[in-house]
Amino acid sequence: MSVRILTIKEDILGANEEKAKMNRELADKNHILMINITSSPGAGKTSLIMQTIGRLKNKWRMAVIEGDIASSIDADKVSKEGIPAIQINTAGACHLDANMIRKALDNLDLGQIDLVFIENVGNLICPAEFSLGAHKHVLLLSVPEGDDKPRKYPLMFTQADVILINKIDVLPYFDFNMGAFSEAVGGLNPVGKVFPVSAKTGEGLEQWFSWLEDVLDRRK
Amino acid sequence: MHELSIVESLLSVVLENAEKAEAKRVLKIYVVVGDLSGVVDDSVSFYFNFLSEKTMAAGAQIVFTRTPARLRCRACKTVFTPENLDFHCPACKEQQVDVIGGRELYVDKLEVE
Repeated sequence: MSVRILTIKEDILGANEEKAKMNRELADKNHILMINITSSPGAGKTSLIMQTIGRLKNKWRMAVIEGDIASSIDADKVSKEGIPAIQINTAGACHLDANMIRKALDNLDLGQIDLVFIENVGNLICPAEFSLGAHKHVLLLSVPEGDDKPRKYPLMFTQADVILINKIDVLPYFDFNMGAFSEAVGGLNPVGKVFPVSAKTGEGLEQWFSWLEDVLDRRK
Repeated sequence: MHELSIVESLLSVVLENAEKAEAKRVLKIYVVVGDLSGVVDDSVSFYFNFLSEKTMAAGAQIVFTRTPARLRCRACKTVFTPENLDFHCPACKEQQVDVIGGRELYVDKLEVE
């Protein structure tokens, strides 16, 4: 049989993009706002979610999809607050994908939810490649990680709608240059909002809550 | 970092297209990978050898074309490839850029028989 060349030009992650689009449609149909939260491990995603639940749970109906390589520690914390939590164990995979989110959504009572937080696997590289269908992308970076991260992980920073600098309560002990950081982020992503916060002391969280409520008020 | 998932998707794109074309065997897979995609060529080939076993793509060679990161300065429109993670525009020294290239990740063509 003769050798032939087939021209394909097909995106390798195209199937994931399609599924992400379907997740978005499912959320829109149920008037749900979906927020994808990414960060390195230990930057404070779960603490931020817990603070947000504490502040907003009397006003908005929330649910959390927790992505972890293993364990259900984070989902257990959320469940204690009476908030539905779905744990996804990725069995070693470094990111969540759209298919995993679809399965999690199928296990939630979507008619009873206004806001779904997706806590992605702690990692600043891989989750940038996999769309989930979330409406907004929140990137959390903590002070001890250093102000050079926008240069090292540019994709993640270009995609974020909000960049939260967490752990500002320890700023005096680190050489984190907030000015250089904001300049680097602004250069890559002029529309992303940068909020310095401490999920521990609560400092700065008001601007995050008001951004979130504003988006919730305007959701489909 | 996430080559396993990528190779799973790659293999399904390859097999779907090869089957549609009624090919018997896939000989070469031409893949375009952007430098910003974080994908490591050797790692892709490694997983591919495992996953393609017992398919018509078994033993196929993956030919990689890398595309560099390309940034466009929003101030003076100069297009450049950053060196050493320095995103300052070489022309006007501003640091306000749009990423316009380097995220590619697609199957360009297949050689089949």
